[in-house]
Amino acid sequence: MSQTLYDKLWQSHVVRDEGDGTALLYIDRHLVHEVTSPQAFEGLREANRPVWRIATNLAVADHNVPTTNRENGIEDPISRLQVETLDANCAQYGITEFDMMDSRQGIVHVIGPEQGATLPGMTVVCGDSHTSTHGALATLAFGIGTSEVEHVLATQCVLQQKAKNMRINVIGELAAGVTGKDLVLAIIGNIGTAGGTGCAIEFSGSVVRTMSMEQRMSMCNMAIEAGARSGMVGVDDITIDYLKGRPYAPHGDLWDKAVENWRNLVSDEDSIFDKEIEMDASDLEPQVTWGTSPEMVCSISGTVPDPKNAEDAVKSEAWQRALDYMGLEANMLISDIRPDKVFIGSCTNSRIEDLRAAAAVVEGKQVAGSISQALVVPGSGLVMRQAESEGLDKIFLDAGFEWREPGCSMCLAMNADRLEPGERCASTSNRNFEGRQGYGGRTHLVSPAMAAAAAIAGHFTDICGS
Amino acid sequence: MEPLVKIDGLVAPMDRANVDTDAIIPKQYLKSIKKSGFGPTLFDELRYLDSGEPGQDHSLRPLNPDFVLNLPRYQGAQVLLARENFGCGSSREHAPWALRDFGFRVIVAPSFADIFYNNSLKNGLLPIVLDADEVDRLFEEVALTDGYRLTVDVAAQTITTPLNQSFSFNLDVFRKHCLLNGLDEIGTTLEHAEEIKAYEKQRMQDAPWLFQDFN
Ligand code: SF4
Repeated sequence: MSQTLYDKLWQSHVVRDEGDGTALLYIDRHLVHEVTSPQAFEGLREANRPVWRIATNLAVADHNVPTTNRENGIEDPISRLQVETLDANCAQYGITEFDMMDSRQGIVHVIGPEQGATLPGMTVVCGDSHTSTHGALATLAFGIGTSEVEHVLATQCVLQQKAKNMRINVIGELAAGVTGKDLVLAIIGNIGTAGGTGCAIEFSGSVVRTMSMEQRMSMCNMAIEAGARSGMVGVDDITIDYLKGRPYAPHGDLWDKAVENWRNLVSDEDSIFDKEIEMDASDLEPQVTWGTSPEMVCSISGTVPDPKNAEDAVKSEAWQRALDYMGLEANMLISDIRPDKVFIGSCTNSRIEDLRAAAAVVEGKQVAGSISQALVVPGSGLVMRQAESEGLDKIFLDAGFEWREPGCSMCLAMNADRLEPGERCASTSNRNFEGRQGYGGRTHLVSPAMAAAAAIAGHFTDICGS
Repeated sequence: MEPLVKIDGLVAPMDRANVDTDAIIPKQYLKSIKKSGFGPTLFDELRYLDSGEPGQDHSLRPLNPDFVLNLPRYQGAQVLLARENFGCGSSREHAPWALRDFGFRVIVAPSFADIFYNNSLKNGLLPIVLDADEVDRLFEEVALTDGYRLTVDVAAQTITTPLNQSFSFNLDVFRKHCLLNGLDEIGTTLEHAEEIKAYEKQRMQDAPWLFQDFN
């Protein structure tokens, strides 16, 4: 019988079918970070349980780490304790950790694929909702809670309910300057933040097939913002080329065998999806969110919506509340919105291609005087060094950007990088919730090129130049 | 997880409805890296006269003399008698952790918030739903009797008062099995350890590239 990619991934990991749609699923890769793991390790110790398969866990500190003067340590004692606790737990159990000073350190969802620690056909979990990112490599990847982190450490399994199959097929061709980030924002604007609830989303179609891995990762990263626990893309040459030679990818004969197997990790021709959406992306413009939910999004040439025009009273009220929080007027031009700060980073858009796209916009120009801070935070130490070898750091620094060390940084403001109340930010991250980037902060989600363009112009602007 | 088969426990009454998880354990304690140690800050805002901070020595803080758990007659209580919708609010697992750490094993109430109910059972804390009038009666008896205790028999699914009145309660078969045998979800999964190992062995043959682990 023909199967979807999700069906294949699911079926190949069932250890035990509980019979009621629930199964005990085997986990191939467990990624660990400092915020959601301490209680899980403590639980193991209390129950005197060993880690089931030590060498398949990979840990990294990312949420709390400073992005400047790292060698001086972490100032905030609570953040410091979380990071030190991760170090101690990994040392005690013998788990491989890229600690804060390791050159490979970075955001957990950047380093997994970058190291080849995420491979097609795997189940990948992490105590973090953006684990969906790894689905770009044809994995079944989803976020779990702290109790489940402990469960995976102790048993290498999780209990899961099977999701529904959903496919989003994108045809046409993206205009120059329009990226996977714009596409996924437009999709969320279309189906809403609950549009994928209970589903595993597969992104497919000619547009996705020609996209780089970086852009596929941006898209799968935000599947969770559409309500789906996982997003995924089937294997093709782009996937395989991306993985070849990565440190933890197989080599030699094993590589050939693996590739042969991976070629099968696509949905069968006539497989059936519970939900299917088709979209032509040819006319898609760069996207900018105007509200406090990722679905509140608009094209660059558009205007901030008027609550009077909402379909119903509930929506109208939600729009009005968002406008009040964001300090925006209905019907104003998106291109008249003027950010105070610019943040290029996060697990959505901090990979080398993202930095190249932003640098191309910035080269030879200056950050507008009205911008009080413009940050570039590479997703990992390797991305940082690659960018430096290409001279991207110089381009950013010359233009007036700050060039930082890798981490989550201003995506969620758990370290010192944050917005002040009322400050407006053009951000390449994934959540524009109230207070996400700092208490009272106002977030506009955009692509790296749009964030860079806003930094130069002082307002959002059409980067397609049409 | 410590098994819960039968207990004969001192009862403390908490006579208010809709006790939320913020009241059970306030948000400042969630930054902790621990799962234990929440007992001293259980019901923090009700229990103390000042506002507490993580890392403080809570034994030095001024107690609210009127709060029920501070009364001498309820020291050492293992059964909490509560009102409807106990445990509403956020999904924090810290709430059952705090109740367990304080020493409670059983909570009796007319209703519980859904997530709290599940989280409690995951952590060896038994929430028991009784009819509102049965709960009323228990509140009256507790107030009248010093040292009032209830016997909870998990296997028989009964609660018995000192006057030998018995109430029965519902409990899902799987949860009951876990409580009686001290199995948490990890424990029950580990009952299938052989199946996991067999799967692993097969997988290692089918996809050896997934077993090139970190060094
Ligand atoms: S970059 Fe942001 S979204 Fe991604 S893992 Fe870090 S905090 Fe979470």
